[in-house]
Amino acid sequence: MNEYGNRTLLQCENLTKCYGSTTALEHVNLALEGGRIVGLVGPNGSGKTTLIKLAQHLLTPSEGTILVGGMAPGRETKAIVSYLPDRDFLPQWMSLADVLRFYEDFYTDFRRDRAEEMLANLQIPNRTTIKKMSKGTREKVQLILTMSRDAMVYLLDEPIAGVDPAARDYILRTILTNYNPEALVLISTHLIADVEPVLDEVVFLKEGQVVLHQNADALREETGKSVDGYFREVFKC
Amino acid sequence: MEWNFEAGVPIYLQLMDGFRQAIARGEYPPGQKLPAVRDLAVEAGVNPNTMQRALAELEREGLVYSMRTSGRFVTEDANVLETLKKELSDACFEAMYEKLTALGMTEIEIREALDRWLLDRAGI
Repeated sequence: MNEYGNRTLLQCENLTKCYGSTTALEHVNLALEGGRIVGLVGPNGSGKTTLIKLAQHLLTPSEGTILVGGMAPGRETKAIVSYLPDRDFLPQWMSLADVLRFYEDFYTDFRRDRAEEMLANLQIPNRTTIKKMSKGTREKVQLILTMSRDAMVYLLDEPIAGVDPAARDYILRTILTNYNPEALVLISTHLIADVEPVLDEVVFLKEGQVVLHQNADALREETGKSVDGYFREVFKC
Repeated sequence: MEWNFEAGVPIYLQLMDGFRQAIARGEYPPGQKLPAVRDLAVEAGVNPNTMQRALAELEREGLVYSMRTSGRFVTEDANVLETLKKELSDACFEAMYEKLTALGMTEIEIREALDRWLLDRAGI
């Protein structure tokens, strides 16, 4: 076990984020440890992406603090965080070969051999540009790049939205096979049923607040429901 | 092994059940080495910690044992395996008994019906 094992890798204290008069996150207190796969779940607009963007220093808190690996988000934390945004983020003109070089240049923890091995399964020619790929292929490529870094924290924002069930299985398997066992994997999603079996813990966000943070199996035991079933009950419209 | 998880039951318990069945029917024969936790987790599509927990519990029950460096193995203890089979079949009988008594059958009727059913099934 290395220095990060079971240590708190993401910590929020009284974290609040407002956009003008709208409050996206309100007094969030949360501590997530390494060695876990955590589901960040909540309906649209509950603050999932805002929380992830704060951790990745794409936003700054209005109030309170957020620490990643014990540090305030910035250059140092980006070196240990592998982030998958919820939308396409690779330049359209780049070919697969360009993208691999780009990642290699940018991240010292990028394992090119690992990425190539996984990409080989997809059988995409190296010269194919991002633009030419189907949505599903693009999502798989982006996930492979994200999981090919030896990071301490993986922030995956909606990694399975908009792909077919077979691609979903592929993506979940890729996550399970490749994450560093001491790392924290945070997966935001509203498709809970699909990710449920891979989760250690779930965090329910509702209107910017954490309403539940629990071990997934313990929740199933206590409620006699699946996490998905319980979610539907809590968030009934 | 094919895995289908039921809602509302902890996954580690469902994994334990699956392994018990697989061991009882000899899919994992006595003394067989089990695949690595992570490989088992990927195959079942579950969290590695959940798989680890299921195996640790099976170890406490004596169905599997670990060797410090070489991995986890299915027990070779014939008594343990026999008890396992008995427990699993008892559970089937229990479920059947409950359903049949709910139909208003007495124990004597159940015994006779079972004998007759076995003969019918064999085409005798």
